[in-house]
Amino acid sequence: MPPVTTWIWAAVAVVLFAVYLSWTAGRLDRLHARIDAARAGLDAQLLRRASVAQELATSTLLDPAASILLYQASHAARQADEEQREVAESELSQALRAVFAAPEQVEELRAAPGGEEALSDLTSAVRRVPMARRFHNDAVRAARAVRLHRLVRYFRLAGKAPFPLAFEMDDEPPAALNPQGSPV
Amino acid sequence: MKIGIVCPYDWDVPGGVQFHIRDLAEHLIELGHEVSVLAPADDESGLPPYVVSAGRAVAVPYNGSVARLSFGILSAARVRRWLHDGDFDILHVHEPTSPSLSILAAWSATGPMVATFHTSNPRSRAMIAASPILQPGLEKIRARIAVSEYARRTLVEHLGGDAVVIPNGVDVSFFADAAPDPRWSGGTIGFIGRINEPRKGLPTLLAALPAILAARPDVRLLVAGKGDQEEAVAGLAPEVRARIEFLGMVTDEEKARLLRSVDLYVAPNTGGESFGIILVEAMSAAAPVLASDLDAFAQVLDGGRAGELFPVEDADALAEAAIRLLGDPQRLAELRVAASRHVQRFDWKTVGADILAVYETVADGAAGVREDEQRISWRERLGLPRP
Repeated sequence: MPPVTTWIWAAVAVVLFAVYLSWTAGRLDRLHARIDAARAGLDAQLLRRASVAQELATSTLLDPAASILLYQASHAARQADEEQREVAESELSQALRAVFAAPEQVEELRAAPGGEEALSDLTSAVRRVPMARRFHNDAVRAARAVRLHRLVRYFRLAGKAPFPLAFEMDDEPPAALNPQGSPV
Repeated sequence: MKIGIVCPYDWDVPGGVQFHIRDLAEHLIELGHEVSVLAPADDESGLPPYVVSAGRAVAVPYNGSVARLSFGILSAARVRRWLHDGDFDILHVHEPTSPSLSILAAWSATGPMVATFHTSNPRSRAMIAASPILQPGLEKIRARIAVSEYARRTLVEHLGGDAVVIPNGVDVSFFADAAPDPRWSGGTIGFIGRINEPRKGLPTLLAALPAILAARPDVRLLVAGKGDQEEAVAGLAPEVRARIEFLGMVTDEEKARLLRSVDLYVAPNTGGESFGIILVEAMSAAAPVLASDLDAFAQVLDGGRAGELFPVEDADALAEAAIRLLGDPQRLAELRVAASRHVQRFDWKTVGADILAVYETVADGAAGVREDEQRISWRERLGLPRP
């Protein structure tokens, strides 16, 4: 029978270990909450971009061919289910790049009545999507780093939360809408 | 929006991070936002109304130089009180890896948090050792901003994750509208920076000067910045010395007028730059820029399109480029136009809108910044007064 002090030390060690596990679980919980918030932000920005694109497509400010192209892409992006979302949003990015490939197109739109406003809406929308996506994927990376810890796996500290996935898409904005040397 | 900004470095000491925060706060206030800046400061009387002092900064050796930082239990209590009183919608911390107020704020708060990474320090041993301590605080940051592509790369390598690049802002019209000074015009080369700081590269420029004078004897070199002039020119021939004018420390207004006056601005820095705000200021004043090809400089100069580049510490290449440019007024005029156009990217109008876009992306629909429950002490939970 080991002396009492050994039992006390063992108990202290167990308690400390439990405190550490609980703290790590709390940290992980916060990271999952951050991912949820970042994902909601990304959804909002994607939806905003699709809405602005759709508004432009139906505004008659653009030529009919560009309008149809843009309408189709933005409609598909808004309607896409979770599985198809990344592809549909990437296609909207490509459609926007194709429509606004020429700086002349941007200038013409700017000159049209109401064009200036539509253009600034679109510019800010195509800037914020890459930002929101970076923030989301950064949160995903941080959560993954913690979840890959051995202790977290053995003690199932992540509970039933699904393994976080990055949102991968082509979010390159049209060059003509992008000031030189701008972020992303 | 109620915005809380944390400055890790002493407000009384001039520095790039402090200036950036001052300009950002003033820009946001002008746009109608409520801004409070928490910074270490000795003298509370001289502070602008939007700055809250976190107490004295302590000079400690850190990362190879003496830094003035705030840390410890008193600072942590002040940070918590500021967070509590401020009731911010968004918290913006700067340099969250320096052991000062920013890391304390990230540690004690929860909610929408943005961080800006200014330097591109090589990974220090302290940071490797502190990584498990830093990481949980850094994990709370919902959006990271790097001031240059170079700073972003360092951040990604050292801490993982990603950041958006938003450059430091400059009030372009302040420089663009300054009046040239006839004393400083006519065949002049400008240099601004501390004279005795070898990383600012004055020795390279002085080594190139004899060759430049041999080709263009009427050229004058104007040096603005503090430091020992005698020591700087010690090895130079008297006729070369006669073509150098030391202006000493200059005010912001004088700096703008100097940049408006010179025919060529030379930035021969040898390293340690993560951004290069002086180049942006020179471009704002439409000064033709000739800079060493540091990563950060090449990026600010749009890969050489908005200003010319020469190999770092290569005095011969510097001399050759300076002689070519000074003898080609058309090229200088082209550079002036290209610089004025490119620099709009760095104007506070653009930069401020980008930073606000980040705030909105992070804060939209989220609850405001609160104290982290885990950090509220038992005293406070029992309703006792704060220390």
